[in-house]
Amino acid sequence: MEHEITNSAYLDMELLRFTTAGSVDDGKSTLIGRLLYDSKAIFQDQMEAIERASIKKGEEHVNLALLTDGLRAEREQGITIDVAYRYFHTPKRKFIIADTPGHIQYTRNMVTGASTANAALILVDARHGVIEQTVRHAYIASLLRIPHVIVCVNKMDLVDFKQEVFDGIQHRFLEFSNHLDLHDVRFIPISALLGDNVVDRSKNMDWYQGPTLMYLLENLYISNDYNQLDARFPVQQVIRPMLSEFHDYRGYAGRMASGTFKVGDKVKVMPSGFTSTIKGIDFWTEPMDSLTAPQSGTILLEDDLDVSRGCMIIPAENGIKQGQDIELMVCWLSDKPMIPGGKYALKHTTNELRCMIKEVKYKVDINTLDKNYESKNIGLNDIGCIEIRTTKPLFYDSYRQNRITGSLIIIDEATNVTVGAGMII
Amino acid sequence: MSKFLMNHLRELESESIYVIREVVSQFENPAMLFSGGKDSIIMYHLARKAFYPAKVPFPLLHIDTGHNFQETLDFRDWLVEETGVQLIVKYVQDSIDKGRAAEETGYNASRNKLQTVTLLDAIEELKVDCAMGGGRRDEEKARAKERFFSHRDEFGQWDPKNQRPELWNLFNGKKNIGEHFRVFPISNWTEMDVWQYILLENIAIPNLYFSHEREVFLRDGMLYAKTPFIKNKDSEIIEKRIVRFRTIGDATCTGAIESKAENLEDIIREVAATRVTERGGRADDKRSEAAMEDRKIEGYF
Repeated sequence: MEHEITNSAYLDMELLRFTTAGSVDDGKSTLIGRLLYDSKAIFQDQMEAIERASIKKGEEHVNLALLTDGLRAEREQGITIDVAYRYFHTPKRKFIIADTPGHIQYTRNMVTGASTANAALILVDARHGVIEQTVRHAYIASLLRIPHVIVCVNKMDLVDFKQEVFDGIQHRFLEFSNHLDLHDVRFIPISALLGDNVVDRSKNMDWYQGPTLMYLLENLYISNDYNQLDARFPVQQVIRPMLSEFHDYRGYAGRMASGTFKVGDKVKVMPSGFTSTIKGIDFWTEPMDSLTAPQSGTILLEDDLDVSRGCMIIPAENGIKQGQDIELMVCWLSDKPMIPGGKYALKHTTNELRCMIKEVKYKVDINTLDKNYESKNIGLNDIGCIEIRTTKPLFYDSYRQNRITGSLIIIDEATNVTVGAGMII
Repeated sequence: MSKFLMNHLRELESESIYVIREVVSQFENPAMLFSGGKDSIIMYHLARKAFYPAKVPFPLLHIDTGHNFQETLDFRDWLVEETGVQLIVKYVQDSIDKGRAAEETGYNASRNKLQTVTLLDAIEELKVDCAMGGGRRDEEKARAKERFFSHRDEFGQWDPKNQRPELWNLFNGKKNIGEHFRVFPISNWTEMDVWQYILLENIAIPNLYFSHEREVFLRDGMLYAKTPFIKNKDSEIIEKRIVRFRTIGDATCTGAIESKAENLEDIIREVAATRVTERGGRADDKRSEAAMEDRKIEGYF
């Protein structure tokens, strides 16, 4: 994949964020190592460092998995503690990988990595097929509404590259994922170790006519991934320069959560509900005609309204849900279990408020996907459906419609630690 | 519906601006660490974009080892003058004079590690509750797991096992008295992204980054600039070569590379072709396999 960056080619490069999920030993680190290696994102000194480390450990081949082994604590314990971020690019796209460990207890990491991803790579070991962890990974991808899922059936070399094995896994996956909320699922038979169908087309699987993994990553259609329908602009802060040349300047700084605003659009400011018109959109020294997610900018309104951090600008004719009693799916991230009736701090868009846990409706068994209405203890890595009451009204969309205005985090008021990730139903 | 697409640089830019605005909204007394290197230069450029037409609402904080390239200091002073930002400089020499830090000795003596003491003292003295840094996750493997919002305890230490999960674009900067945060707005940028952005935005950088003639010597396979801060061995031959720097840090541990790259286009082509990481030129990272991790835990940048 030799390529030269010309001076304008990079201006057409898109950004794709994806997360990788797999269980222990299914070759996830090898796959990431191969993507990095084949796209030349691994440098000579990094390669030499892992060569040295592989020899020291007495391993036969250069262990590409060592590349993704971050901290000394992890190397010593032979585990992965946390989400690690990796980067590589091709002439078409820059990629950010949120590499999450596969152990059962690390649901919280996969949820974290999934929250910003456009795509999820789910690895399945061809020898073992769909296992409990595959179900869990697919469920989390569905819960977090990752727009694209790529199921990589890995280690095809160990099943003699047989089509029946691949077809069987695909069939089994679709059987259970029919019950999930996945919209774009692709299947690729690969061998991460040998490189089949990762970057280069496999010579061992003529029966597979689909794209290679790299081709798919480069060509997934992602511009619809940001909700193009409802414009949402959470205000981060008010820009008031206090300079003589910008005497009456009052702009609302933020990042479009979804949709587009144009100069002249009639808008409404939540929570007051007052309406106005967009007078201008500024970004740096150049005025703009429009602002589209995920752009940052500064919006100026015709009228002097009381707008501050935590407000949201939405289209005048467009509604947004409001309420203090909110039902949501929660993934618990802390060792300390959730306390029913307990009070927590909460962050939603640029708003900060408090809430009380009113009720646990059910807990999800993430291996069978059954709803458990009996056991309602929500502890570390548990996923459940809960109802909360907030101290003041929240204005929101359902997470299904909008990943930014439909998400929130729950914070322990004593320790300030983020303990819950919430997706509003 | 018209197809809308931002290129990767504009998306990274938007993300970084969002993070910098979150810092100003969530903290009372933030500061931006500024070394005069390209990462801190683009971070400051992003801050100017985030608040324009208002001024950048926090000071730049330079931890000065005293072992600088003069070109870096000249550039820093020019930028401050040109853009009207407040600059605070804290000196490693002061920490040494006060007995807070001990100077390393020998041929490989460096003040790089001592900066941590000066930095933590400055954070305490200035009551900084959030120090923004130009660290990038692609630089080094201990950084690959760093958060945008990185919590530090009352000793300024980083506990890699006890960092807050970061989901969506919701950043949790809540803390107890005495604790502070390090925030890394350009976490998701790579070296290539930084160079492309400098070209795209036409951002001024110190001329040390461009090819020039300089007196250098070879040590442990690396080229170093001849400076008054490095004790040379008799066997080391000082000669003039055409070089440039890929990173700009303390002069005692920043390696030069032989290069004819005279402009940004040349540099981008060179970075695209190079097979060694940019920190491969930093002696401070070579001290041990977990050198960066150790320094981060203590409270390094």
